[in-house]
Amino acid sequence: MEQIIQQLINGVSLGSIYALIALGYTMVYGILSLINFAHGEIYMIGAFVGYALTTFLGLGFIPSLLISMLVCSILGMIIEKIAYKPMRNSTRIAILITAISVSLFLQYTMVYFVGPETRTFPQVLESQRLNLFNGNVILDTKNIYIFLITVILMITLQFVVKKTKVGKAMRAVSLDKDAAELMGINVNKIISYTFAMGSALAGAAGVLVGIYYNTINPLMGAGPGLKAFVAAVLGGIGLIPGAVFGGFFLGITETLVSAFGGSVYKDAVAFAILIVILLVKPTGLLGKNLKEKV
Amino acid sequence: MKGFNKKSIIAIAALIAAYIIGQVLISNGIIDSYIQLNMIIIGINIILAVSLNLITGFTGQFTLGHAAFMAIGAYVSAIFTAKLGQPFIVAIIAAGIAAAVAGIIIGIPTLRLKGDYLAIATLGFGEIVRILALNIDYIGGAIGFNDIPQYTNWTWLFVITVITVLLISNFIKSYHGRACISIRENEIAAEAMGINTTYYKVLAFAIGAFFAGIAGALYANYFYFIKPDSFGFMKSIDILVIVVFGGMGSITGSIVGAIVLSVISSFLQSIPDLRMVIYAVILFLIMVYKPTGLMGKSEFKIFKKGVKGNVSSKG
Repeated sequence: MEQIIQQLINGVSLGSIYALIALGYTMVYGILSLINFAHGEIYMIGAFVGYALTTFLGLGFIPSLLISMLVCSILGMIIEKIAYKPMRNSTRIAILITAISVSLFLQYTMVYFVGPETRTFPQVLESQRLNLFNGNVILDTKNIYIFLITVILMITLQFVVKKTKVGKAMRAVSLDKDAAELMGINVNKIISYTFAMGSALAGAAGVLVGIYYNTINPLMGAGPGLKAFVAAVLGGIGLIPGAVFGGFFLGITETLVSAFGGSVYKDAVAFAILIVILLVKPTGLLGKNLKEKV
Repeated sequence: MKGFNKKSIIAIAALIAAYIIGQVLISNGIIDSYIQLNMIIIGINIILAVSLNLITGFTGQFTLGHAAFMAIGAYVSAIFTAKLGQPFIVAIIAAGIAAAVAGIIIGIPTLRLKGDYLAIATLGFGEIVRILALNIDYIGGAIGFNDIPQYTNWTWLFVITVITVLLISNFIKSYHGRACISIRENEIAAEAMGINTTYYKVLAFAIGAFFAGIAGALYANYFYFIKPDSFGFMKSIDILVIVVFGGMGSITGSIVGAIVLSVISSFLQSIPDLRMVIYAVILFLIMVYKPTGLMGKSEFKIFKKGVKGNVSSKG
């Protein structure tokens, strides 16, 4: 029982990170129907920006988190302008390969400039261990920080999407781009904002991962990027609550699978769940079924 | 192909001449082992690209798991030759059949999905195959499978590549191939015309997987050594890039694409630091300026005149 609670705590932390990355995937997919494979790399760059700020400039945790989010959102907008905007009317496969080429470019440019080795992220948060259940369950304060920051970011995002004018415009664009344009919405600007917000969340996830696992490297984006994408699809791609649900679901499933001795198969289990869900309910666990139109 | 006409005789003569020239140059040592390595890679890439083109370019089913079939073929062939001591031809056929069976098993449920969802499901399948291979000790696990006998040579490569290209291009020109193309053009209309879309999608998937498995067998029996990470997500992307670069729905495009991209990547080997960066930039530029690929949907033809009775069925 204690072991399950311990794994749930770890799972929620891992799930928070997946959920933050998955939100970016889902927002971009919702608005452009584009699988943004470069998103995992934005998360990696977020971690590196956080690393540089804390190590070389000696900034604290909150300022480095905010600056890293800002840098990532600018990077996301630049990527959209340079790489995806010229491709907006191309075929699906051409856009997908563009996204992959952007991802490779970011990965290997980082390898070229910072080297492929793994770096240690400094301890910027004081970690205190709280012992629960007679010391059988350890709750690190880091877990609480990660969960709290994730929840705050998600509430902010939900507020922006549901209550502000930009959010309303985003929802309009994701429903029907042409009609939104006719209603006087600047579609290009809204797409830029979407990329900025999604990338900022990925940047935050990068800094949080640095704090949680203490190690970062230029190729760290590929694995969690793919996983977060799976999370977005599990919950229903294009849906913001779906990404959050999928992220936590995947994080907790993974840690529970590891706890019961299947740690080498935890990735396989994640992908197997993905295939089963796609077969049973392709629009995701929280998605609505759409009838095919002729 | 109805009988032998002038065109097919010239084509056969050209193929035999190409084979003999290659063989003579290799046995005289004019082609050194480095160029030969690149020739083998090009041949394997042609088989992979043509077989993926059948699935993605002609039948319109977007998959990201083609490397998984190659992995299955490579491991099956490795087991047959290294562990069971079977001759290479048995191993090749077993590799193809194993990959085709995997293609049917994964294809029947997932091919109901469309577009991005199919791509995601096949991506998941590819990752599952890789992770399983990482954890089975019989085939070496993460360390890899060592000491596979080296059977692949110029003869095997040439014959199998030619057979693959011929079979797939003839399949596309057949009744069944036209059914596959109609699914790409409009699945609902094809179904309304009485085409069993599920059957043809699974058929294309199985044929594509079969040849990918054979390519895997050639790969395993050339490099002595295979490891699961060689067949990851990026390998599937590499194959897809060849197909898109050459032109989706063009067999000759896939062949040209495989040759050009293999040559580019072997030139880039000399600058290992920036290799992937330049590769990414080239990829990006191709997608922006020529998103239909080198050949589009058309085939390269030497014989422009006198093609009466050989009108392409593609629109």
